Amino acid sequence: MNKSLALEKIRAFSPQIDKVGVEERVARFQTRSIKNESKMQGLKLALSMIDLTTLEGKDTPGKVKQMCYKAAHLHDAYPDLPTVAAVCVYPSMVRIAAQALKETQIQIASVSTAFPSGQAPLDVKIRDTEFAVAEGATEIDMVISRGKFLSGEYSYVFDEIAKIKECCGKARLKVILETGELATLDNVRKASDIAIYAGADFIKTSTGKIQPAATMQVTYVMLQAIKDYFDSTGKMIGMKPAGGISTAKLALHNLVMVNEILGPTWLTNEWFRFGASSLANDVLMQIGKSQTGIYQSADYFTID
Amino acid sequence: MSRLEILKTYKIYIGGQFPRTESGRYYVVNDQQDQPLANVCLSSRKDVRNAVVAARKAFGSWSEKTAFNRSQVLYRIAEMLEGRRDQFIQELTKQGSSPSTAIQEIDLAIDRIVYYAGWCDKYQQIGSSVNPVASSHFNFSVLEPMGVVGIIAPQNSSLIGLVSLLMPVLAGGNTAVILASENLPLCAITFAEVLHSSDVPGGVVNVLTGKTTEMDTTLAAHMDVNALVGEQQSLGCVQVESVENLKRLFSFDADWMNSNAQGLHFITDIQEVKTTWHPIENIGGASSSY
Repeated sequence: MNKSLALEKIRAFSPQIDKVGVEERVARFQTRSIKNESKMQGLKLALSMIDLTTLEGKDTPGKVKQMCYKAAHLHDAYPDLPTVAAVCVYPSMVRIAAQALKETQIQIASVSTAFPSGQAPLDVKIRDTEFAVAEGATEIDMVISRGKFLSGEYSYVFDEIAKIKECCGKARLKVILETGELATLDNVRKASDIAIYAGADFIKTSTGKIQPAATMQVTYVMLQAIKDYFDSTGKMIGMKPAGGISTAKLALHNLVMVNEILGPTWLTNEWFRFGASSLANDVLMQIGKSQTGIYQSADYFTID
Repeated sequence: MSRLEILKTYKIYIGGQFPRTESGRYYVVNDQQDQPLANVCLSSRKDVRNAVVAARKAFGSWSEKTAFNRSQVLYRIAEMLEGRRDQFIQELTKQGSSPSTAIQEIDLAIDRIVYYAGWCDKYQQIGSSVNPVASSHFNFSVLEPMGVVGIIAPQNSSLIGLVSLLMPVLAGGNTAVILASENLPLCAITFAEVLHSSDVPGGVVNVLTGKTTEMDTTLAAHMDVNALVGEQQSLGCVQVESVENLKRLFSFDADWMNSNAQGLHFITDIQEVKTTWHPIENIGGASSSY
């Protein structure tokens, strides 16, 4: 679909969101009773969907190497654990991560386009993305220009995403909407539609630098956008809530929601990811609790 | 028309809030004449888990407060308790104390809090040491709080037993999860309200009511609880469960109504000793005097 047609369609059909209705629906996902065996499956599935993330100014090669080791060896004391889906780092750390993970199936995701603010000229963003891909990134997490979006320049936002998609080559593109800055659920829906039509492989809630981040309400609205796109075109788009999902319980609630909106086809790490740094340990502690019946302590799990 | 009395709902205390038990269950506490006194939360093991999470979260900042500041906070508890003296006397009497014993108990509780408030900035000096060693090292030992401490409150006391075990734990910079007396739980929850209205940060003390035998094994097995404090009888049942993370168990048996049932060792027992070897130089040919 060409751009003008897509934007016209978004302007005409991107629905208004009933906030109260969303909150009610989301509350219901949190009351599902999950039996022990399913819970164990769910916890392992959640582990396999994690994009283990470090995005800090203080990141060092040592820190990134440690995290990559953790990505491949979540907790060797428990047999039969999956690895995480990917590690997510800054472009300057991509080469180190790629080197550390070359023997594994774990993907290398890099943030780009002047993450987290996105306040840079387009040519800098393109160069940023090309650099990350050349260094070995297999997934690119870009941010949209929220300032442009909020001032109504949808066309600019659309073009930018399309342009970055071109630079990605084989790498899959995740588009971060930074929903905490979009103010309303209507905007979240509109930004989701723009990202999807402009060529996103995944849409992602947040950078993790702004609160609120991945609330279930915004994830719900974005999942609904993915569903509507799938119903009209038959094409699947991935979803990545990021930021604020730090407990196993919250992760399971999210999985329940994905299953009930999009169905089990989306319940693989090809189509659903958690962007998180501390979630992995909480899930591991829950697995430990399920296996031994004893509540676990963070003292016995690696920090990175 | 006569006025309907408004009865208090006795809720549990976790992370600076008063939720109902996650399980939604309750039990009835009776007075000496078998008349119902109150409906009290029958906490579950999930409440124990939530309480431990809250206590762990509060541990960092509580243990890093200056000794002087902790002392002020403890003193503030005594001030608040003094203001609610009558309420406690009434509750103790309802639960079977004679009025004179009730007055004795609340007064002793207040004094004991002040006693431990005084120790906050002193136990470290007395419990620490500089040790003689045979090499050029400055070798010293200091006390550090253990972390999250589970307290199984004495069963035959509503207030003074709990205060006697809790205060030294707090004075030493630990955070606590308390299982209140099963049959005399009222003062424990009212005391939580006192803590809440004083300067104790949320999560530093958490109070659960319910069947002790239902919660104590979960608390004892919990990997994130560093020590358990209680009377001999209540700790005896959970020794096996507490082995997994080499939990420290301290049983203190005393007549808590005795004004001598307090002391420095209640604080220092619930401390870990950290010893540091610090290299020193011999300057100007003089050997170290340490």
